[in-house]
Amino acid sequence: MADIVLDGVTHSFAQPGGGQLLVLDALSLQVADRQVVAIVGPNGSGKSTLLRIVAGLLAPDAGHAAIGGLAVADADPRVGLVFQEPRLLPWRTTLDNVSFPLELAGVGAAARRRRATELLGLVGIAGFASAYPQQLSGGMRQRAAIARALAREPSVLLLDEPFSALDSLTRERFNAELLDLWQRTGTTILLVTHSISEAVFVADRVIVLSPRPGHVIADVPVPLPRPRSTDALDGAAYSSTAATIRAYLHGTPADHAAEEALAAPVHDVLDRVGTPAWFDPFRRGG
Amino acid sequence: MAPHVALSRRAGLSWLRGMLPVALAAVAFVVGWRLLVLVGGYPTYLLPAPETVFARFVRAWSEGTMAPHFAATMSEIAAGFVVGALLAVLIGYLLARSPLAEKLLSPYLVAAQATPILALAPLLVLWFGTGLASKVLICALIVFFPVAVATMVGIRSVDGRLLELGRSLRASRRQVFRHLELPAALPSIFGGMRVGVTLAVIGAVVAEWAGADRGLGVLINLARGSLFDTPLMFAALLTIAGIGVVLYVGVLLVERRLVGRWR
Repeated sequence: MADIVLDGVTHSFAQPGGGQLLVLDALSLQVADRQVVAIVGPNGSGKSTLLRIVAGLLAPDAGHAAIGGLAVADADPRVGLVFQEPRLLPWRTTLDNVSFPLELAGVGAAARRRRATELLGLVGIAGFASAYPQQLSGGMRQRAAIARALAREPSVLLLDEPFSALDSLTRERFNAELLDLWQRTGTTILLVTHSISEAVFVADRVIVLSPRPGHVIADVPVPLPRPRSTDALDGAAYSSTAATIRAYLHGTPADHAAEEALAAPVHDVLDRVGTPAWFDPFRRGG
Repeated sequence: MAPHVALSRRAGLSWLRGMLPVALAAVAFVVGWRLLVLVGGYPTYLLPAPETVFARFVRAWSEGTMAPHFAATMSEIAAGFVVGALLAVLIGYLLARSPLAEKLLSPYLVAAQATPILALAPLLVLWFGTGLASKVLICALIVFFPVAVATMVGIRSVDGRLLELGRSLRASRRQVFRHLELPAALPSIFGGMRVGVTLAVIGAVVAEWAGADRGLGVLINLARGSLFDTPLMFAALLTIAGIGVVLYVGVLLVERRLVGRWR
């Protein structure tokens, strides 16, 4: 069983100027085993933070997260993560990128190769095994990233705006393929997205988060039958569900300038890169 | 004839065409040199003509004058470069990852680098003798700084998002170094090594000047002082310059092999 339970999860980041920025406020959420749940919300509502807490990359200040009844471990191995950017290692071929998690886990070379080849077939880029990431299109890179996330056969797949860099046609195709993949692998999926149509098409339930500090303001069930095809995007059930979600999102005060400002500190924490300096006593912080 | 043979011949031809300006520049250099000697009328002990130097170069090698000195200098450079570069990568990593180490060590490293190796060499020879040890030490010292700084900058430039990926995959500290930090820093490290390898040549010659019984630096001293053989001096200089170019290209080739495919 790989159901996800978040109970009263609260998280805040230290701000550069001192003080704490509350990002998630007593957020509770349950996702049943093999369910697909999409999370939508304005920038800065803590969607990415939420995913990192489920993945065990961040520990919540209060509350707890569990998968299958067991508390989430530090960098939980039951979780496969797909980031907004593919994050492929540029010095490795596609095949070696997909087998990277297995290599870290100490899987033998032959087994690694077999599994990675199989995964490349699953995401439809079997012909590009020996290509380097720079030689792939954006869509193919993200396919490789999904294959890599599936390498250790996770029971939970977390996707953080995985298709936001793709054009809308490619994106629709990727959504359909994600569902196909879900049916074949049987993982529980938590998808963070900005696209209402993506959320409705893919998910069983769409969770709407409030602006920061994020908490659940609506839990909208999607009454579309499965398996779904892109034709479902034209139906009445689809339109009314999307309209409901949109109403919830717009019902919240949308201060765009504030949203932009709020998104920044979160990224600062995640993308902290050392500055190349050498013996500079005037450098601050060092 | 298969089509790819014709193609590779065409590739070879275009390579030749690419090298043409290089060859022309070399010819112009030698012609300019010859003209300078001709017009200036300089005596051989001041500026020997290119053909005189070339003849002396060939004779020095065929008579066995050059070989032992070449071998001595070469082994000093090789050992010094390997020791210096290896230490530099290790210390560079430490400096990149430990702010305390950087704070404590970097003033001394900068001071050591700022002190001219020429002034430091006699002291090191006094301490470690005129044998191989002092030469390797001086070479290693001069190679160390550029490679250490390049390593530090390279390790620090690793994308934080890749490090987060490593963390999500539960990579150990050693795996993070081996699979994320080192490959990402490699282009930068090689940049430092290219500078370092040419400095190693300088280090070896300087070290030999400070006290040695063999080596190309010694040969230059001999040719200038007791032998009064300026063409031999030029021949030795030519050999030293050749070593520098060959080693530089060698590092470049290794770099291409290791990082060329994905860059």
